[in-house]
Amino acid sequence: MAERTSSPDIPGYSEGARDVVGPADSAGPGPARPDSAVVRDALGVGIAVGLSGFAFGVTAAGSGLTVLQTCALSLLAFTGASQFALVGALAGGGSPYTAAVGAVFLSMRNAFYGIRLSQLLALPRAVRPLAAHMVIDETTAVSLAQQGRRAARIGFVVTGVSLYLLWNLSTFLGALGAEAIGDTNTWGLDAAGPAVFLALLAPMVRTATQRAVAAVAVLLGLGLLPVLPSGVPVLAAALAVPAVLYVEGRKLQQAQTGLPRAGGDSTPADIARTAEPDSAQGEDR
Amino acid sequence: MNIWIAIAVTVVGCYAVKLAGLLVPAGALERPLVQRTAALLPVALLAALTAQQAFADGRTLVLDARAAGLAAAAVALLLRAPFLVVIGAAVVVTAGVRALAG
Repeated sequence: MAERTSSPDIPGYSEGARDVVGPADSAGPGPARPDSAVVRDALGVGIAVGLSGFAFGVTAAGSGLTVLQTCALSLLAFTGASQFALVGALAGGGSPYTAAVGAVFLSMRNAFYGIRLSQLLALPRAVRPLAAHMVIDETTAVSLAQQGRRAARIGFVVTGVSLYLLWNLSTFLGALGAEAIGDTNTWGLDAAGPAVFLALLAPMVRTATQRAVAAVAVLLGLGLLPVLPSGVPVLAAALAVPAVLYVEGRKLQQAQTGLPRAGGDSTPADIARTAEPDSAQGEDR
Repeated sequence: MNIWIAIAVTVVGCYAVKLAGLLVPAGALERPLVQRTAALLPVALLAALTAQQAFADGRTLVLDARAAGLAAAAVALLLRAPFLVVIGAAVVVTAGVRALAG
């Protein structure tokens, strides 16, 4: 989202955002930016996505949840896609356990975000239990889009706090206003979700590898939708990563020590790649 | 009551998943393959979520007004519009297409 904001020549300019991001390769483009620009980006995401809690509130209330139940989900689960998945499954008459497992399954990506963020943000152990609540798509996307640890931390906190406050407020208002507004789809609110995800994705698909992963993931996510239980196709789409890395595996000579991946989704392809000792192309980012 | 059970399981499960990611030992993160994978996983998941939320109705693939909304969002992104404008474009175009289609 970095590029879409206005000029950095504002009062309060700070040179602080120049820390080097440890061993993690930063996904963010461009040079370090002033703190206020990072805050502006983060607030942009926090406010826009936070307001989309309205759509969740309306949907949940329309699915038969009480206002209290709807708000409890936003306050305590705080991961939008899973919240939508849960109320959708409950509305469809699924058992509470199946519905919950589907929602939790869908949230598994947050664990991978956390792995990424813990490198990027270098959080002290004491704050991790609190920070964990804010490990979601949006905070990850904003943090990764920043250059340097300081900017990433600012992006994480500002996005997380602003999004949390607004998401919960708008959830509450949405649940209350569910009857008043009628069918949310008439208002196009169901397009807010995919648009949010697309906007988060856009800065992450700059290299050929990233684009290939995105394309394969879309094919997997849509292609498997009719045949796998709800929530599973998104996880299956994660297999696009090992698939693409395998195809482009020869770029990854640094990784040839034969170590298994931590994500647990090690495939024969990965093992095959780690044994291949040829050309040493650089990282593509 | 059933709904509260579902909420409780979801809340506990989702939080555990989030915390687990942050608590993975640092040593496990220093491997290049793990780093590459961790960097690319959000790309895959966000791409799949975008596609599903735009083109799926339950477990059925559909092409409806949301596709037009998503296209509008994509155009807004290409024009480097601010985040809210991107979302707004998707919502307005989707609503507009639905209104026109009756």
